[in-house]
Amino acid sequence: MMKTGAEILCECLLKEGVEVVFGFPGGVLLPLYDTFPKYPELRHILVRHEQGAAHAADAYARVTGKIGVCLATSGPGATNLVTGIANAYLDSAPMLAITGQVPTFFIGKDAFQEVDITGVTIPITKYNHLVLDAAELAEYIREAIYVAQSGRPGPVLLDIPRDVLQTKTDFVFPEKVDLPGYKPKLFGHPAQIKKASDLINTVERPVIIAGRGVNVSRAFAELKELAEKSQIPVVTTFLGIGCFPESHVLSYGWLGMHGMGYANKAIHHSDLVVAIGMRFDDRATGVVSAFAPQARIIHIDIDAAEIGKNLNADVPIVGDIKNVLQVLNKQITKREHVSWLSQLDEWRAIHPATEVRDHEGLLPQYIIRQIHEVTKGDTIIVTDVGQHQMWAGQYFFYDKPNSFVSSGGLGTMGFGLPASIGAKVGAPHETVWCICGDGGFQMTVQELATMVQENLDINIAVMNNGWLGMVRQWQELIYEKRYFGTQLYNPDFVKIAEAYGIKGVKVNKKIDVRPAIEKAMAHKGPFLIEFVVEPEENVYPFVPPGKTLVEFLEMPSPSGSLKK
Amino acid sequence: MTRKHILVALVQDKPGVLNRIASTLRRRNFNIESIAVGHIEIPHLSRMTITLEGDDAKVEQVRKQLDRVVEVIRISDITYENPVEREMAMIKVKASASTRSEIIQIVDIFRANIVDVSPDSLIIVAVGNQEKVETFIELLRGFGIRELSRTGTIALPRGGAGPLTIDESKPLRHVVEHVLTEEEENLPNW
Repeated sequence: MMKTGAEILCECLLKEGVEVVFGFPGGVLLPLYDTFPKYPELRHILVRHEQGAAHAADAYARVTGKIGVCLATSGPGATNLVTGIANAYLDSAPMLAITGQVPTFFIGKDAFQEVDITGVTIPITKYNHLVLDAAELAEYIREAIYVAQSGRPGPVLLDIPRDVLQTKTDFVFPEKVDLPGYKPKLFGHPAQIKKASDLINTVERPVIIAGRGVNVSRAFAELKELAEKSQIPVVTTFLGIGCFPESHVLSYGWLGMHGMGYANKAIHHSDLVVAIGMRFDDRATGVVSAFAPQARIIHIDIDAAEIGKNLNADVPIVGDIKNVLQVLNKQITKREHVSWLSQLDEWRAIHPATEVRDHEGLLPQYIIRQIHEVTKGDTIIVTDVGQHQMWAGQYFFYDKPNSFVSSGGLGTMGFGLPASIGAKVGAPHETVWCICGDGGFQMTVQELATMVQENLDINIAVMNNGWLGMVRQWQELIYEKRYFGTQLYNPDFVKIAEAYGIKGVKVNKKIDVRPAIEKAMAHKGPFLIEFVVEPEENVYPFVPPGKTLVEFLEMPSPSGSLKK
Repeated sequence: MTRKHILVALVQDKPGVLNRIASTLRRRNFNIESIAVGHIEIPHLSRMTITLEGDDAKVEQVRKQLDRVVEVIRISDITYENPVEREMAMIKVKASASTRSEIIQIVDIFRANIVDVSPDSLIIVAVGNQEKVETFIELLRGFGIRELSRTGTIALPRGGAGPLTIDESKPLRHVVEHVLTEEEENLPNW
């Protein structure tokens, strides 16, 4: 059947199960925007900045497990996607970025709005191509989506010139993907799995570190079986939050720079680390040479290039986590680690990282806990980047997979607001809370308009402390309080919301927190709460850079007694 | 241990592949000593030979990262497989009537070839491993080198099947069909 490139693109996206495209039009995309109305099943969400489209697609993918699609025009539109693509790359989110390109006869001539976006995005995509022939478009789309979603997921980019969108060609949806060089290894090596089970069956102080790979592989039941059968405590990474219920008796929080003291101690004193779908990121390990000094390491990951990258593994297993754990679980014996678990409980008692302390002023930690109480934990939390992000990880308890959406690897300020759009669009029946700082909120504030246009029921909490809090904290603790470039002169966030047509309230006092949260929840459509919080509150525990995981700083006393 | 490594890769002949490979090496701060690319006996496939200096573990790490590139079909470090290595150099050297015979003697010793003669210079083609080619160039330096061009190393492991040998009984093209499992089909779309 003869179809234009633009029609082929729409048909292929629909055939691949894509329902939503986050996009922003431009000159070279006009043929596509002229075609969209013919495909009403394909929902187009108009963002206000292409970065927003990328973050929304990223969060959509994390919440649904399906591919997120973002669309931008050539030149500046394409370069505006770059931050969002890098974010998806570092956090392994499956994403298809489609960029318009100047017509083929202009390529390479520095035409108006021409940028070599495939060149720019080489280091931050799994796969990218400039499609020069409409006849090859369907094949490229199929390949790109397959690569993005399989193996270790990640972003892919297709750059499509205007004339390719306009050219009519015979359209056949390719049934097969032909990529001789791409073979994700799905099943772990039996001999390595045997070695792993032998270790698990004999050690005394094991710890599981579960990362985002468990979410990606949907190996929740398998992880639980492994932990319960062998009675191994589970610590997650920051991006692994939610892959193991935090209310579970074997859950011991998450590790790293702002992880729980008891989680870090557990790892430091363990004799076996079972690392599952994680990559020993520097924020997770502290000084890597002193990470888990007494432990042997079993490292399970689908990406062979992660094995031995940051830390040498005694037992490397390359494979899909769900498959590997299914085999592993058959080989492990029932164990009990009574004294080890009671040691961990003791550490948890002396390092209560998740207790909100008694304090007159308005603490961000208190607000997060109140959101947890009002929602009963049944919400998707989307965060921006900074102090509030760490508190959202610490003071909210996550029992549901993929209920925590945050920019971990890249630490992209400005991620929160557009990501909450993607989360809500992906999970329309879930409550979504977007927790932002006053700094990051202003980086992508324009997406408030998108929320209004799409009437998305998103609750936004802006923690206004008048500082770029995380940087200020480092200046305080590491640079002897030489504050520079971190104090913010802020607008009235409620008035900003109102200007966009969004209802909002400002909260200064503890007593008003709960009613405001309830009001936001009761309201249909976007609602913003500006919380004017303690300006110089710090995130603890804190493993300063260059220190090992057990050299964490805790909240200095007596700044208030801990509420038990 | 830091030493010279030889990586050989079988890649799909598509635009951007060389770019992705170079980009990965640059990011890990490897200085590519030489890179040679050419078609092989199977259509649409090329073989790359990359030589670089590096620590064994770091090279193995970057090899795995290069293997991740979608268009890379296979990549192997053949440094320890005692490979046959060759490179070719074309050298244009100054040659007067008084120096010409001496140059020809050196060319003979190294089994190189003179491929062009002009009144005041010669173009010499030399083939050998890197060490031989470099020694040869050093010897000619005294006569005055006008232009020099080298292909970079290509290499094949000795003996039977090498790591990139294609088994013709098995289809090379790995065709994948993504079929959703029943469980994936029924995922809650929350």
